[in-house]
Amino acid sequence: MPTAPRFLPAGESALVVEFGAAIDPALNDAVHAFDRALAQAVIPGVIEAVPTYRSLMIHFDPRQLATDTLIEQLRRLTVAPETFAGTLAQAKHWLIPACYEPPHDEDLAEVAAALDLAPERVVALHAGATYRIYMFGFAPGYVFLGGLPAELAISRRPKPRPPVPQGALLIAGGQALIANRPMPTGWYNLGATPALLFDPQRTPPVSVDLGDRISFVPVDGATFASLRQAVAEGQPVIRQKA
Amino acid sequence: MAHLRVLSAGPGATIQDGGRFGYRRYGLTPAGPMDWVAFRTANLALGNAADAAAIEVGPGGVELIVEAEAPVNLAFCGGGFTWLRGGQLVGAAARLSLAPGEILSAQPGVAGIFTYLAVAGGLRTPVELGSRATYTRAGIGGLNGGLLRAGDLLPLDVAGGSGEGDAMIVAPWLRPDLDAPLRVVLGPQDDYFDPTARDLFFSAPFRVAAGDRMAYRLDGPSIAQSRGYNIVSDGVALGAIQIAGDKKPLILMADHPPTGGYPKLGHVARADIGRLAQLRPGRACHFMEVAAETAREALLRLENEVATTTNFCRPLRRQVALDGVAAPDRTTWSAAGNRHPR
Repeated sequence: MPTAPRFLPAGESALVVEFGAAIDPALNDAVHAFDRALAQAVIPGVIEAVPTYRSLMIHFDPRQLATDTLIEQLRRLTVAPETFAGTLAQAKHWLIPACYEPPHDEDLAEVAAALDLAPERVVALHAGATYRIYMFGFAPGYVFLGGLPAELAISRRPKPRPPVPQGALLIAGGQALIANRPMPTGWYNLGATPALLFDPQRTPPVSVDLGDRISFVPVDGATFASLRQAVAEGQPVIRQKA
Repeated sequence: MAHLRVLSAGPGATIQDGGRFGYRRYGLTPAGPMDWVAFRTANLALGNAADAAAIEVGPGGVELIVEAEAPVNLAFCGGGFTWLRGGQLVGAAARLSLAPGEILSAQPGVAGIFTYLAVAGGLRTPVELGSRATYTRAGIGGLNGGLLRAGDLLPLDVAGGSGEGDAMIVAPWLRPDLDAPLRVVLGPQDDYFDPTARDLFFSAPFRVAAGDRMAYRLDGPSIAQSRGYNIVSDGVALGAIQIAGDKKPLILMADHPPTGGYPKLGHVARADIGRLAQLRPGRACHFMEVAAETAREALLRLENEVATTTNFCRPLRRQVALDGVAAPDRTTWSAAGNRHPR
């Protein structure tokens, strides 16, 4: 269990509860445990909380809460990491179809060259790993994953590349990411999933949860196209591991 | 059904309400108005809820026509824009009752970027994820998630409207001192900057280089980080002053991403966010450090002031012709008095 968190103001309307500065499952567990404890405590004036890899940002209404008052209440919060560990034990493991063939493999050759690996090896490593969902964020439905094999550690691009397509599977900085919206990015695009994990018509709008596990199941281009069609018709194309 | 029809809209016109909350953990920005002070003032002048859906007009201006069976009450203010009713100058901040078929248009004035047009009862565009606010990058909210365009039909609440009568809005907070320092609360990554860099940030003049609803980029001296500029992704709040590899401040505005991986020196106080939003590229600005509690008091004070908007609505007397027919709106006041100072 990490040490007591630091409370850092982010203006007069938000507070960061920081557990550490690294990508680490234990830190992320602490973040999620605190997030749950906060949700259960129902502190008047708290608007919402945003869990990240290593911190929780709490947005609040400054008319109802001052930063110092909120910190006092948070210090009294009973956080039970065991409870969250129990929840994690029941976390789902999702199998997500992924196509690493042209035209979806936009940056595969570039990554393979940079890492001095065969493209097939890059795909085998990316598709062979089991990932953990650390956070959503940056853009709607972006799923940030930990668990990328160390051989695929590549630093961010010095300059962003043009927007990736919807469903792009990105890597950079030792992290993996599913991009559910086209956005310019400093990451590298290895392939794409036909699944759309963000749907504003759904509650909650993201169909996977924090702490869930993810594996990618390679599919060919024709299967990708038919699964995209299935998505358009409202059929689920991700499934839980048996 | 009563509507406003968009006859033309320049870049930057969107529908905004108080914002979309509860979805930042899924990567969704709250969106909402760039200048909450002007936005709320327009709503409150009509007796609306302060966060009712209204039109945020950007630097491209807008032109609308009333398509309804009965008069529609509207209010506009913010950004020192010039508003015209049927081509006749009205001013920068007023509450009006417009008859069916009347045309209202707005053009930018000498300073300012955003003006707001509220309608009695609020716009009745669809609610998406709990809000009507437009977030164009994700195509959510507003009308089909996009910028307003010619031909758009904006549904109104026919039952809405206080019918208080035409008035000019003379609220002093609509004419803020654009040269006053922007107040900043330090953190959460102020420890990524040594005292020299922090002192430089709070003493040097900056200039707005470019901006949009997501962020304003500033030009000025380089603010060097002492521990690099990559952090493991962390939450981001409105007004965050992010300093990346180019060492120039980037201030995150209404459409900011909810998380980010660059160190944040501090946050611009909410009380000053609207004033910052109205600074055009090229305009100078500077910063002053305040405690979180000071920023909070300033915010509550300003919110309380804005809540008194109806006290600053001065009834407009129309000239009545001898035959009893209302003459065109020729009023005795000037638009200049309601503009931002240069």
